[in-house]
Amino acid sequence: MSVNASERAGAASTTASSAGAGGDAGAASNEASIAQAKRWYWQRISAMVLAICVLIHLAVIVHAVRGGLSAEEILGRTRGNWGFAMFYGVFVIACAVHVPVGIANIAEEWFGFEPRNALGLARAFALVLLVMGLRAVVAVVV
Amino acid sequence: MHRLSGLALAVFLPMHFWALGLALRGDAALEGFLRFSDRPLFKLAEWGLVVLLALHMMGGVRLLLIEFTRWSGLRKNWIAGAAGFAALVGMAFALALLF
Repeated sequence: MSVNASERAGAASTTASSAGAGGDAGAASNEASIAQAKRWYWQRISAMVLAICVLIHLAVIVHAVRGGLSAEEILGRTRGNWGFAMFYGVFVIACAVHVPVGIANIAEEWFGFEPRNALGLARAFALVLLVMGLRAVVAVVV
Repeated sequence: MHRLSGLALAVFLPMHFWALGLALRGDAALEGFLRFSDRPLFKLAEWGLVVLLALHMMGGVRLLLIEFTRWSGLRKNWIAGAAGFAALVGMAFALALLF
């Protein structure tokens, strides 16, 4: 029994020391993996929200486009419509989460971007979508 | 296909938000843009975008199902379903435009 215990202790210390020796590299790649997992997670969650939003949006489009589009018609429906504002607000936020993750992945995998730069690009795009999207919602509701 | 359609949509979105934002300048500004967008090429592009959106979403739903459920033999059914749904939405849109 003491032999087993010491064997385990030996194994544990070996693992500990190798973790210590490869510590920095290990921590960095661990961080990268966590970041990647988070991106995956956020992309899936926002995708689920978007799936619902898109179905509703498609129904709205098909209905709205009948007989041609006119500003009067559209704005007549959207002005002062806070339910509309909330729905499309959520839609914009979900887009601002979902699209940049995809952009970052494409940047890294197809264009060889460094993870840092891909992240920067993603964040910039997220900001653009968020600002322009929420501005558009305000534009048609207020 | 999933990524390409996603990229196309990503490029389109800011334009879409910009057009809607025109309403900030008053109804006439938005109306002006809508009249400008009344040309056939534009309508064709819109039809393309709606189809891309439907395709991208069906591909995404398929992915979510693969990742989160234990169903098997999905692939063919879903690709067929995706194509069908995309065509359906495209046609509905086109029909709505015609009338």
